Amino acid sequence: MNTHDTAAGAAPEGELLAARGLAKSFGPTTALHNASFDIDPGEMVAVMGASGSGKTTLLHCLGGMLHPDRGRIHYRGRDLTALSESQRSGLRREEFGFLFQSGGLVPELSCLENTALPLRLNGVRRKSAHRSAEEWLERLGVDGTAHQRPGEVSGGEYQRIGLARALITEPAILFADEPTGAVDSLNEEKVMRLLVDAARRSSTAVVLVTHEARVAAYADREVTVRDGRTRDLVQGGAE
Amino acid sequence: MSFAHTVLGLLENGPAHGYDLKRVYDQHFGQDRPLHYGQVYAALARLLKKGLIEVAGTEQGDGPERKRYAITDSGVTDLHTWLGTPEAPQQYLQSTLYTKVVLALLAGRPAADVLEVQRSAHLKSMRELTRRKTEGDLAEHLICDHALFHLEADLRWLELTAARLDELATEVNR
Repeated sequence: MNTHDTAAGAAPEGELLAARGLAKSFGPTTALHNASFDIDPGEMVAVMGASGSGKTTLLHCLGGMLHPDRGRIHYRGRDLTALSESQRSGLRREEFGFLFQSGGLVPELSCLENTALPLRLNGVRRKSAHRSAEEWLERLGVDGTAHQRPGEVSGGEYQRIGLARALITEPAILFADEPTGAVDSLNEEKVMRLLVDAARRSSTAVVLVTHEARVAAYADREVTVRDGRTRDLVQGGAE
Repeated sequence: MSFAHTVLGLLENGPAHGYDLKRVYDQHFGQDRPLHYGQVYAALARLLKKGLIEVAGTEQGDGPERKRYAITDSGVTDLHTWLGTPEAPQQYLQSTLYTKVVLALLAGRPAADVLEVQRSAHLKSMRELTRRKTEGDLAEHLICDHALFHLEADLRWLELTAARLDELATEVNR
């Protein structure tokens, strides 16, 4: 059995992202309890677990959206937990991509503007950002939605636009939280195939939070979160 | 699945030789296990005996003579009945895995590990099938999906049973 129960602060170097001994509580509720995680460049890791197991809290800590109460997270050797909020915000904008189950797109903006938004926030000029957004929408087969608002597109299209927006900066890591949770089986498959294909092409590592085994099966490996603790897959076979 | 009915179904498209039947069968259904000629001819012999097909002609070539087979009217009726009859849903009530879990609990062994090892094997298999379907054509895709949905159902059972192990332990050790 391969478990990660090493002490906080002992994150190994070499991985793209390595977390050790993460703990996070919300009031009296402990969401994470000594959780650890590693991911290599270009790798796709599924984080599985039941509702309330702590998998989304783990993703939020790894993605720099939450500050863990204990433990260390190293991204390319930098200690995320030692960064200021504005430094983490810059890192999230420039090096990370995010795709969530529901929402995320700004309803008042067109799908093209939504897709271009991360580039605009990084200071890219409007024309260039929009050109890049057009390319990404086309690549994901939703170029026809460019001038529509998010409220006017189907669930499957919405997630593909979200994916285009998440990948437009060609992030080192994409954090995807139940990315197919709101779409039907056929669109689930389309979104996952596009996600895998696009991530592989841009060598983006993917942290994929899901409770669906069918979705997790697209990943290279799986980590299970149970009661706030992480476990790698147990290997079978006779002793 | 009735293999003879599959052959009958292929013959409904028009008369064919045994060789053609094998080729078309392998194209649609033989991804993992191509047919042996012997299986085709054995099925044809059974169908002939029942009057569901007939010999529509014989061709002489350099090698042995080749027979062409055609479906008969009673063959068409039989096929129609078979297609319209639902397959009995498999109930999976005799589960080796359930037996293993109970035996582990009775012996005081870690039953959770039995479930976890199985879960790992299922996920590995699902990853392989997912890779295979993404590289294959639509037929391959649908075949893999069928297997994936069944494995997913097993996984749900594994997770539910893992969550109920304490309860089950109390019951089996009563």
